[in-house]
Amino acid sequence: MSNAVSTTRKPAARAGRPKGDPGHGGQRNAALAWLTVPALFFFLAFAVVPLAGVLILSFASWDGIGAIGSAGLGNWFSVLADPGLYNALGLTFLIMIASWLVQTPISLLLGVFTAGSQRYRAALAVLYFLPLLLSSAAVAIAFKALLDPNFGLATGLGLPFLAQDWLGVPQLALGLVIFVIAWQFVPFHTLIYQGGVRQIPRSLYEAAEIDGAGTIKQFFHITLPQLKYTIITSSTLMVVGSLTYFDLIFVLTGGGPGNSTRILALDMYLRGFRANLMGPASVIAVILVLIGLALALFLQRLGGKDKQGSQLEGM
Amino acid sequence: MSTVLKSNAEETPTGSRPNPAAPKRGLGNRMRRLNVPAGLGGWIWLAIIIIPIYYVVITSLKTQEGYFGQNPLAVPTSPTLENYQMVLEADFAQYFMNSTIVTLGAVIPTVLISFMAAFAIVRGKGRFLKLVNGMFLMGLAIPLQATIIPIYLMIIRLNLYDSLLALMLPSIAFAIPLTVLILSNFIRDVPNELFESMRLDGCSEWQTMWRLALPLTRPAIVTVAIYNGLHVWNGFLLPLVLTQSPGLRVLPLALWTFQGEYSVNIPAVLASVVLSTLPILVLYVVGRRQLLSGLTAGFSK
Repeated sequence: MSNAVSTTRKPAARAGRPKGDPGHGGQRNAALAWLTVPALFFFLAFAVVPLAGVLILSFASWDGIGAIGSAGLGNWFSVLADPGLYNALGLTFLIMIASWLVQTPISLLLGVFTAGSQRYRAALAVLYFLPLLLSSAAVAIAFKALLDPNFGLATGLGLPFLAQDWLGVPQLALGLVIFVIAWQFVPFHTLIYQGGVRQIPRSLYEAAEIDGAGTIKQFFHITLPQLKYTIITSSTLMVVGSLTYFDLIFVLTGGGPGNSTRILALDMYLRGFRANLMGPASVIAVILVLIGLALALFLQRLGGKDKQGSQLEGM
Repeated sequence: MSTVLKSNAEETPTGSRPNPAAPKRGLGNRMRRLNVPAGLGGWIWLAIIIIPIYYVVITSLKTQEGYFGQNPLAVPTSPTLENYQMVLEADFAQYFMNSTIVTLGAVIPTVLISFMAAFAIVRGKGRFLKLVNGMFLMGLAIPLQATIIPIYLMIIRLNLYDSLLALMLPSIAFAIPLTVLILSNFIRDVPNELFESMRLDGCSEWQTMWRLALPLTRPAIVTVAIYNGLHVWNGFLLPLVLTQSPGLRVLPLALWTFQGEYSVNIPAVLASVVLSTLPILVLYVVGRRQLLSGLTAGFSK
């Protein structure tokens, strides 16, 4: 590797930058550019190429095993005419919005809480982050057992209202999915907010104290505005991440009962790998990618125009 | 407390100087006043987190009779490890090995090549590096799971279907954007004078990278390694789609199939959950401070 860098350095520099930077030359930049090649290779091969591939496959017919044929616009027409798509789209956005509404306030408050200097808060924080360690499959399996009406939490805590057919009633299953997602992902976002809170200059609070602002005022007038970019970072990760809650829902409900928790990612998997309709599944995948991009751009806009781009960098 | 601080401020020049502890105490005071509702909320959330975990652990130690007979949250009267024995006999040692191989095989290259790229992005200028950086940032916004179908096709064409390598390659690609981002945030913090002095000593960028940037960003490297490790270890979709033979199962997939086969034996299923998490838990206990402080810093810069 070291050899490759030093031998190719000069010609690359000459070819790439005939004039070069006036000060410290393009030669150095060319050498540096080579360092990105391995990462670039992997990213191109297994992220960018598949991204192009998914677009191409959305116009193909393939059962996952045999030959790949052309389907023209057929997949698109059939998927766009399928009420299943709109069900999945609606559920995806519903879970996305509900998850954001549930997770953001909790994570924010817990982030402020764990950023405090008291010892017991640090100790609690260690326990808060335990769900981060569990796989989605483990979490889903644990909650399935936990919600058993006879041998689970309802009996254990003596709370009969917990003894519901959680996985059998559409609304309950949906609520359960949102709760379990929050259980699993709040710790991560708490961590982000904790870091954000710790970066707020103390002098702001000191000034507010002097002005006689109470805790609640301080929270709304200092903490919250200061966390603006943290909120955008966390929300971006949360919202884009919600498009890929596949594993948890797959193991927990399998999309059921009926199709009541069949979000887009799951719909893509089931169409592609269960129904062996890779073309239509690719259409769903393209829609997923477009939604992800649109959401990320939208959230960056919220962060302010000149902050665009640098905000993502700021994560 | 707050009145003390106020009077302090009123006497401004004399009051604030000889008492450097005042602002600190003032902050502590702010937090202390929050205590009651915040503390309450904190403990409630703890209960929400801990009760399910507690339930899983104690149930995994119960016999079937204990599971059906006892209060679900009661400590088992005659704790047993037979569930764990049963799980281990169901080839979990093999799955554990598979998970370890895939995790190490994905994380080590990811961190290495992402570090190199991050170093170049921070140190260099020019259109090419900007483009590369922009592309990685874009990768953050794209739900990469959506590319699973073409990845499946590629893995088949590469003759890698049903192999552990098939799990590593896409895992590396998926992890690169965030890893580069976090590492470049940390490399950016290395004082420029240090780079300058390396340059004056006649070191090449290659040497600067290994001798200066690497040691100075080691905490960040450990952090991203653990973070990526968690992701790969817990990953489910790639193994579900790209492997088939039981001998190649990784832990999350094994959990899922085990749960399907032994759905009547809940204590054994939960023992498999505990067992699959145990190595990560050990890692967490050892590297907790590193992981948590690194992640807070990495994400909220």
